[in-house]
Amino acid sequence: MSIGDYLFYSFVGICVVFCVLLLLMAVIKIMMYEPRAKGEPIPEGAAPAPAEAPAPPVPLAPGSAGDVKLYDTDPRDAALIMAIVADELKKPLNELRFISIREVRK
Amino acid sequence: MENLTDILLRLWETSGLFLLFSDWRQPVMIALACLLLYLGIAKKFEPLLLVGIAFGMLLANMPGSQMFHPEMWDEYAAGTVTITDIFHNGGMLDILYIGVKSGLYPSLIFLGVGAMTDFGPLLANPKSLLLGAAAQLGIFGAFLLAGAIGFDANVAASIGIIGGADGPTAIWLTTQLAPDYLAPIAIAAYSYMALIPLIQPPVMRLLTTKAERECKMEQLRPVSKRQKIIFPIVVTIVVVLLLPSVASLLGCLMLGNLFRETGVTDRLSDTAQNALMNIVTIFLAVSVGGTALYYRFLTPETLAIIVLGLLAFEMATIGGLLLGKLMYRLSGGKINPLIGSAGVSAVPMAARVAQKEGQKANPSNFLLMHAMGPNVAGVIGSAVAAGFLLAIFGI
Repeated sequence: MSIGDYLFYSFVGICVVFCVLLLLMAVIKIMMYEPRAKGEPIPEGAAPAPAEAPAPPVPLAPGSAGDVKLYDTDPRDAALIMAIVADELKKPLNELRFISIREVRK
Repeated sequence: MENLTDILLRLWETSGLFLLFSDWRQPVMIALACLLLYLGIAKKFEPLLLVGIAFGMLLANMPGSQMFHPEMWDEYAAGTVTITDIFHNGGMLDILYIGVKSGLYPSLIFLGVGAMTDFGPLLANPKSLLLGAAAQLGIFGAFLLAGAIGFDANVAASIGIIGGADGPTAIWLTTQLAPDYLAPIAIAAYSYMALIPLIQPPVMRLLTTKAERECKMEQLRPVSKRQKIIFPIVVTIVVVLLLPSVASLLGCLMLGNLFRETGVTDRLSDTAQNALMNIVTIFLAVSVGGTALYYRFLTPETLAIIVLGLLAFEMATIGGLLLGKLMYRLSGGKINPLIGSAGVSAVPMAARVAQKEGQKANPSNFLLMHAMGPNVAGVIGSAVAAGFLLAIFGI
């Protein structure tokens, strides 16, 4: 095979990979598309709307202290999360301000 | 009656020590196997595979061990020997090698990989697939270079697949296109995968600006369980319809993932991830290592493969980064180009490297989940590339 043939196969190969993955991308987009009528509640898995109506007040989990509000979160998990964030950011905990911690349910 | 000198001489000539020094390449291979064992054990270079590969290499190169017979496999390829003959006359590694030759082990490894992989980040950001595709530039770039320096197309394709940074895919394709080169290609693929944290960062820093590396990405949207279940089924149907040659590899990857996501096959998922994966890893590693016999491994071609493999990894990283940069521009700075480098597969090491580099530039940057999208897309991309190469050169 000549170098031109290698070049040709390389070009065709990368095009095939792009085409197949583009097709998969289109398929995923179709899969992820969930039509809903106006006013219908948001289906499971869809991104939450940015301007969501304020949720009814949820009682704070026992152990909530200061400004940090814990929703559906154990104090132990919250402490772990805050410690991990502080460690990752390389900043002392007292320089960080946590507003609330909420468990995101799928 | 023989005298004592003759007896001692004959004993010496039949001993492993005599055979060991009858060819300088044998002690060199034993030393190389020990070096790989050291790298696997002490330096933790992909130890789960490298230790087995190195030990297989050691066993096969011990003088008189008769563990692996490549000539028998040549005859099998020529049609003069059957699998039954190999069972009767082969060594232990010959018998284990049947699983490599048939493509069984790489596919079963993919079953486990699928069971361990969360495609959620990819589903949440389908554009990741493009980054996974761009990183396949390494495969075709290395294929081109290998062809340019005189390798046959089959061997060039097998060398190129090192750039997919996916050990099972590399082994799967090489056993079918260039089985004589299996050992150097597998060793190069796994060694460079272990070296991803050293190979990628210099290129990442060279090709991206500080502002690009600092870019923070928005949180990924959640993906429903139903979407995660449908995904492996749809991918299998779409890709196998387009490239039937990749059915075993991609089919097993997606089956493993389906086991993981259905919620009703937890036991199977657990077996695929743990027991089966571990057993197949042992068989695969030892038999691949066993193919590295001194008279076939220590050649100038092996050196060329090692160099081309490194270039393949670098080109793959460059491909992903360049498309990442383009997406950064087109998205108005919403996509961090570093995640493009994770398109080279090597799950999850490449994603971790992207996370680390992103955090170096901006300590509040969390790219790991964003990089997992291109990372798993790279696995699919390299399987597609392997399917293409097999369809073209496997005739």
